[in-house]
Amino acid sequence: MNLADHLPALQVIVPLMTAPLVILLRNGFLAWLGALLASLASFGLAILLTVAVLGAGVPEYAMGGWQPPFGISLNVDGLSALMLLLVTGASTLGLAGGRLSLRRDIDNRRAPMFYGAWLIALAGLCGIAVAGDAFNVFVFMEISSLATYILIAAGRDRRALSAVFKYLIIGTIGATFYLIGVGFIYMMTGTLNFADMALRLGDVIETRPIIIAAGFITIGLALKAAVFPLHIWLPRAYTYAPNAVTVFIAACSTKVAIYVLLRFNYGVFHGNLLAHSDLFTVFIIPLALSGILLASAIAIYQGNIKKMLAFSSVAQIGYIALAAGLATHAGLMAAQLHMFNHALAKGTLFLCVLAFVLTTGSASFSNLAGIGRRMPWTMAAFVIAGLSLVGVPGTAGFVSKWYLIVAVMGMPGWGVPLVMAIILSSLLAVVYLWRFVELAYYGQPPDGDVSRMEVPLPLRTLIWSAALANIYFGLVPQLPLALAESGTTTLLGGLLP
Amino acid sequence: MTMLLIGVFLLSLLVITAIAIVRSEDLFSAVMLSGIFSLLMALNFFLLDAADVALTEAAVGAGVATVLLLAGLRLIPPKEAPGRPLRALSVTVIAATALLMIYASFGQPTLGDPLAPTQQHIAPWYIEKTPELIDIPNIVTAVLSSFRGYDTLGEVFVVLTAGIGVMFLLGGGRGKPFSRLDSQAEQGLSGHLIPKVMARLLIPFILLFALFIQFHGEYSPGGGFQAGAIFVAGIILYSLVRGEGLALSVIPPRALLLMSAGGALLFGSVGVAGMLMGGNFLEYSVLAENPVIGQHIGIIVIELGVGLTVTGVLLSIFHAFAARD
Repeated sequence: MNLADHLPALQVIVPLMTAPLVILLRNGFLAWLGALLASLASFGLAILLTVAVLGAGVPEYAMGGWQPPFGISLNVDGLSALMLLLVTGASTLGLAGGRLSLRRDIDNRRAPMFYGAWLIALAGLCGIAVAGDAFNVFVFMEISSLATYILIAAGRDRRALSAVFKYLIIGTIGATFYLIGVGFIYMMTGTLNFADMALRLGDVIETRPIIIAAGFITIGLALKAAVFPLHIWLPRAYTYAPNAVTVFIAACSTKVAIYVLLRFNYGVFHGNLLAHSDLFTVFIIPLALSGILLASAIAIYQGNIKKMLAFSSVAQIGYIALAAGLATHAGLMAAQLHMFNHALAKGTLFLCVLAFVLTTGSASFSNLAGIGRRMPWTMAAFVIAGLSLVGVPGTAGFVSKWYLIVAVMGMPGWGVPLVMAIILSSLLAVVYLWRFVELAYYGQPPDGDVSRMEVPLPLRTLIWSAALANIYFGLVPQLPLALAESGTTTLLGGLLP
Repeated sequence: MTMLLIGVFLLSLLVITAIAIVRSEDLFSAVMLSGIFSLLMALNFFLLDAADVALTEAAVGAGVATVLLLAGLRLIPPKEAPGRPLRALSVTVIAATALLMIYASFGQPTLGDPLAPTQQHIAPWYIEKTPELIDIPNIVTAVLSSFRGYDTLGEVFVVLTAGIGVMFLLGGGRGKPFSRLDSQAEQGLSGHLIPKVMARLLIPFILLFALFIQFHGEYSPGGGFQAGAIFVAGIILYSLVRGEGLALSVIPPRALLLMSAGGALLFGSVGVAGMLMGGNFLEYSVLAENPVIGQHIGIIVIELGVGLTVTGVLLSIFHAFAARD
């Protein structure tokens, strides 16, 4: 075998195997450097895999040389590649941009443990994205969740500990529900491999356990994905985590749960369970709609920029869930595109927040008044990413909002009210972002000091590259489009119009 | 019929224990009851012929987890805080979950039905092919360490991550040193003669048994996870009667960190070796001329890695809790 065939395995092994080496280091800087290099290598691997998916496709990888369903397979399609780009990109952005910020948050002695946990979280999320086996997804979900709890608990604010405890309890319930569902399916089909499951599920006569399994899996993953009203763990976890960690997890971790949800609901259940898609639609769309509207409204009343953006994330997950719940080709396209574009926007926004906190020391609105005049470069990048979040033409956010509206219009009878809800929520997004932008440009700094104080040039360059990516993918959306198209095709297997 | 009666008896005890855990306000009795719960669970697994799972549950659930919870209990008040009254929403959610699972169970195949899907699809393949491809008598070990070795690698990293988390937050490894290390005060049971003598007698056998479980895993129930847990039980017993200072001078925190990380690295390196020698990741067959011998080598080495990581992490967690003031 040549190296190219090993790409799916390397995607997981590189960060996973670097982690134990990193925790053995003595020096915080070296640990950070090791983590950054591994993360960059993962990003490179994700790009190579994306190129391969868009070219000839990536062959199935049989772990241990055992063919599925007897062994565990890794399968990479367009959707997996999209997730891999998000996960590895967000991790690299967080590590590269977070050096100064993390050095303040975490003392040198504990830093190797922290960066080890970071790499394990990265490997776990990559592992989920490439897994072709339902139980293997559970194992890597455990890995990534446990490691994410550590990362959040590293926040300097003591409230991080209570926030992470809540996340731990809810995340564990979510994972348990998922496992119960997988157990029922194994009981009725005798297999754990996704493709094999889809094949054998059609022959199962007694469908009661399967329907219950679908319910458990959907709710368990909705808990992990923070679909409204199961989002209660998210705002505090995002707020009290170290800023660099928020850049990483806010951009990708909930989306990986949605990824698994799509794999199961469309890849496995859709063609085999009568009326399952209708049930899924009826379950998810009301939740998604209330999330879109209520979470956006709640975001308006926040006095902490991180908390505001966290509630905005809950609303954005609502868009993704709404699109996924439509159970149409256009809906799935919109869901995947929005995962990509929202990750771009949120990653950039949280990176700007990291820069603000780096210079001012706090993320509360009162402390950030006038920051736009003190840090014009960073604030301009924030505005660009904010425009993408709202969905202004020319930014990446517009592309996915457009696809979402087209998908929603395709729903007979539902189209107009759903479009109204989307537009209303976008207006709410304008309001909560404007509150901050107004404060940043026209507010009076707490100590009356309006002198310039930008973050160092490398960090500013990184922030600006992220912001420009929001524009680039708004003007040239071919890459995410092609990946989403390929992902949709494998998810639906040509079943839906 | 006898089996059925025993099964009903054990399951009823399990329900009673669970209710007692929920109702008990004294945290010490709740912890002891949860140890009993795990032991009953282990018996149930044994009744279902899942000897490997039973062994793990007994060693980890009833043994190590109970000790860890007790060590944690030292740091908090002994009584449960006066809780909020049961809320209607929580009760509804729990009741609905239970009802749904009961509803689903109406559709499940009868226990032991040879026509059940789980007995028809991949299980027969494992039973048929293990002697030929891997040639070890314990098929569970074959599945865990080779056919689904990638999952096991993942689980080892779950254990390692738990260790990293505890060391990061509470100390150990190269983080904060264990705080009570240099205190000269009498610790644990070191003042009591009978436990001391009993422990002296038991510890060598416990450690020996752990090694047996470690290296005999291919032939009988067991493997690295169980061996690690039993080994740790022996060391914990030692530190209970002789004090943690001595236990830590036998295996210092640095060594614990090396064991935790090294075990995971060892497991992963076997996988990478498979890649370098022309196979896939974790493909042990290519490790030797004869594929079956290659499988044997792979399984022995990865089980060693599992044992090392489990021992290192569980001991680190124990010390992190027990040595805290």
